[in-house]
Amino acid sequence: MTGEQFFSEIPLLAPELVLAVGAMALLMLGVFMKDEAKAASRVSFLTVLLLVAAGGAALFLVPAGGGTAFNGAFVFDPLALFSKLLITGAAALALELAGPYLKAEKLARFEYPVLIALAVTGMAMMVSANDLIALYMGVELQSLALYVLAAFNRESQRASEAGLKYFILGALSSGLLLYGASLVYGFTGATGFTEIGMAVAEGPSTGLLVGLVFVICGLAFKVSAAPFHMWTPDVYEGAPTPVTAFFATAPKVAAMVLFARVLMGPFGEMVDDWRQVVMVIAVLSMAVGAFGALTQTNIKRLMAYSSIGNMGWALVAVSADSLTGLWALLAFMTLYVIGVIGAFAVILAMRTSEGMVEQIEDLSGLAQSRPGLGWAMTAVMFSIGGLPFLVGFLGKLFVLYAALEAGLWVLAVIAVLISVVAAAYYLKVISVIWFKEPKVSFTAAPVGVSLIAKAAGASTVLLLPVAAVLFIHARTAGAALF
Amino acid sequence: MPADFPILSWITFIPLLGAALILILRVLMRGEDQAHLERNAKPVALITTLVTLALTVVLVAAFDRTETGFQFVEEAEWLSEFGLGYRLGVDGLSVLFILLTSFLMPICILASWNIQKRVADYMAAFLILQTLMIGVFCALDLVLFYIFFEGGLIPMFLIIGVWGGANRVYAAFKFFLYTLLGSVLMLVAMVAMFLQAGTTDITVLLQTEFARDLQMWLWLAFFASFAVKMPMWPVHTWLPDAHVEAPTAGSVILAGVLLKMGGYGFLRFSLPMFPEASQFFAPLVFVLSVIAIIYTSLVAFRQTDIKKLIAYSSVAHMGFVTMGLFAMNELGVQGAIFQMLSHGVISGALFLCVGVIYDRMHTREIAFYGGLVHRMPVYAAVFMLFALANVGLPGTSGFVGEIMTMAGAFLVDPRVAAGAALGVILSAVYMLTLYRNVVFGELTNPKLQDIADMNLREWIIFVPLVIATLVMGFFSTLVTDVTAASIGALIENYDAALAAAGR
Repeated sequence: MTGEQFFSEIPLLAPELVLAVGAMALLMLGVFMKDEAKAASRVSFLTVLLLVAAGGAALFLVPAGGGTAFNGAFVFDPLALFSKLLITGAAALALELAGPYLKAEKLARFEYPVLIALAVTGMAMMVSANDLIALYMGVELQSLALYVLAAFNRESQRASEAGLKYFILGALSSGLLLYGASLVYGFTGATGFTEIGMAVAEGPSTGLLVGLVFVICGLAFKVSAAPFHMWTPDVYEGAPTPVTAFFATAPKVAAMVLFARVLMGPFGEMVDDWRQVVMVIAVLSMAVGAFGALTQTNIKRLMAYSSIGNMGWALVAVSADSLTGLWALLAFMTLYVIGVIGAFAVILAMRTSEGMVEQIEDLSGLAQSRPGLGWAMTAVMFSIGGLPFLVGFLGKLFVLYAALEAGLWVLAVIAVLISVVAAAYYLKVISVIWFKEPKVSFTAAPVGVSLIAKAAGASTVLLLPVAAVLFIHARTAGAALF
Repeated sequence: MPADFPILSWITFIPLLGAALILILRVLMRGEDQAHLERNAKPVALITTLVTLALTVVLVAAFDRTETGFQFVEEAEWLSEFGLGYRLGVDGLSVLFILLTSFLMPICILASWNIQKRVADYMAAFLILQTLMIGVFCALDLVLFYIFFEGGLIPMFLIIGVWGGANRVYAAFKFFLYTLLGSVLMLVAMVAMFLQAGTTDITVLLQTEFARDLQMWLWLAFFASFAVKMPMWPVHTWLPDAHVEAPTAGSVILAGVLLKMGGYGFLRFSLPMFPEASQFFAPLVFVLSVIAIIYTSLVAFRQTDIKKLIAYSSVAHMGFVTMGLFAMNELGVQGAIFQMLSHGVISGALFLCVGVIYDRMHTREIAFYGGLVHRMPVYAAVFMLFALANVGLPGTSGFVGEIMTMAGAFLVDPRVAAGAALGVILSAVYMLTLYRNVVFGELTNPKLQDIADMNLREWIIFVPLVIATLVMGFFSTLVTDVTAASIGALIENYDAALAAAGR
């Protein structure tokens, strides 16, 4: 690679560069500021701006039409753009939610936002990966930051346990991923997705298939799909709530997009081989999510199972292996993120005079004591569950459409039947909010948190008439691979 | 009315505007203002529903009875890029259901005037429900229809669960999950039709011919949803629970409108879109209908709870509807639509009758009552009218629907009509027994000594219902004239499709 070429390709990395350089600068700022509390709040605020700037860089600084960099290892296409916008947006909201909580729990340290920025850098790499090595780099950068975040409350035994569990299992899955990648490399002689795609088209070998299965396992772990979901409930419960809110949104988007890019891109020709695997994972995830959530009493654990189940739905879209599947996946993930952000905003508002509470029972009578939050939680729960007339329904509708278009009848029927079971636990939360009398009284929620909760709740209804805008963008993004 | 006035959108969404107003205030107001809102929510809801009713009357007046196609069609960009559109329109099959909904809603709001608990939320839930119910009957797009159809579960779930009786949580869950399970299969079928036709426009789908094998599957999937909603035996078990636990107005809407959605679904989708499958499965529907009519009548006879009795009687009356629909002749379909409208009024009125004494005594046990005629003569008269209408007394609307559906079924299969006729006798048995036990006899229960007769508000509630029942009974052509043209077209297309298929 010549120097000239290098500099001409640099603008493609604008969002990642903004994030990486910004994260370093903010780290320095934090280190050298005397007042710790002030440092935390300032760095946090600046990181939100940084995330917005990264989104802006992806929109405006990257040359129109995108392209590939580093000999094809890194790609910026409409798919990457869409995902980066969604990821930075979700991360910014999750960070915005975190502030009051961290302050109240005496966890406000400037490392927190910096770690988020670094994790987002990794995610931005993931969705742009066009090479197994780039893929692994992105995944690891993201994961390492997330391990630390999970254990961010180091005084708490549960948070430490969550972090450790996440780290050990995450390292295992990274190992699987790496092993699979090495097999793929061994049998195709290339790490670049384009070259792998060509080798696959010539006729896949058994060794390649084994490698692919390992890669799928590794990625399934990252999206918390069953049977690689075991870590999810524990980590979601143990980690500080804002961290959980972050875990449930941006990393899921990144991993899901990567999942789709790997399978629909280089391995697109092998669809008959991997489709069954993905379908089994999808059905297992939906079932584990739905049945597992039924007996939960902790709202964060419930959200963990809900995310497992919804990732199952996303994998239904992946197994369609078509343009419709891909854009339905993107639209579904966007609507899912909106719902989850809203749900966690409400969870973060669950503070009594004695501290945070996180039992579902503690939501008793929320519709009476806090009508705004009560209605908001009702709306986002139904939206995550994919019930009409909330916008989450449209996401699931097009996932179903993609599945049927690909001829996956049985999968579609199983998916909708399991969704009825899933509806039961969303109803359970709503029934607690509405049907029970208030027990504990929450202290006034921080303005930002309550605003985000209500905005998310309102948007689940108000987005319905204008959903076309989102879907058209998702389709443009999906067209990158087809 | 200007020609391009989007009257259907207004009728559909005015209630939602009312609900939005109440909800925004509910979220924004603090402390003292919340109490004001609680007081003012009722008038706001009443005015909203009355405005909707007025517009609906304009709609029905402007409706062209000779036209067989859709009228007042509205189209707007929604997800047109993807084949989904915002399309509304009415024809003879649907327009009267909108009238029924708009007619019952102000009555429900008035019947809820005594609600003390969380009034603002209650009214908002009802208004949202009204938008969704009217939307079901206006929608000319498959997905739009599904959104309205399923969306209604959410407010109803809250209405049963928050303002219902002792066992309300169980009933609310059962109602929601039971109906959802039926409907998700329909969703898959809808997506499959979407794929086949490339659009979800109902007017296009009505012209689309589906292969026979596909028709069978699609019919079964739609049947799963509509049979539960209807409800048909043996998937009716959610209904008694939901009815018993729901507040009075909730029961009225449930029996008056929500149950009609199943029948309307058969009319709008199953019969015209899958004619071959409908013909193939008609015997199944007949058998289930007759079982429903006889079996649930017998079950109704053994009930000790007034509301539960009326709920089972609803299932039996819906059996007449399915029987008439699948007879697929002029008489049968006319009768089925008539029966649905009439049952909407009568069963609604019966639940309101129960509400009157429940409000006073807080029990629905039949054994608790007796001899009410000595203290509540007006009430006894009103209750008698509706009890007899429910039995199908000539001169009331109940008679017209039952006789027409039975005549329609007789033309197809006399055995079916015979079974249904047996149900008519049984309905007299349980209804008159109920009436005797509650209203006649000696007034033995000391708690009933001071029970008051109907007050002004209850008068206002019942007068329109009495008028509707009698007018429909004596001047049934008022209804059949509106529906005739569309039904004629429906049957013509059905027969043509069967002839084309060589059956």
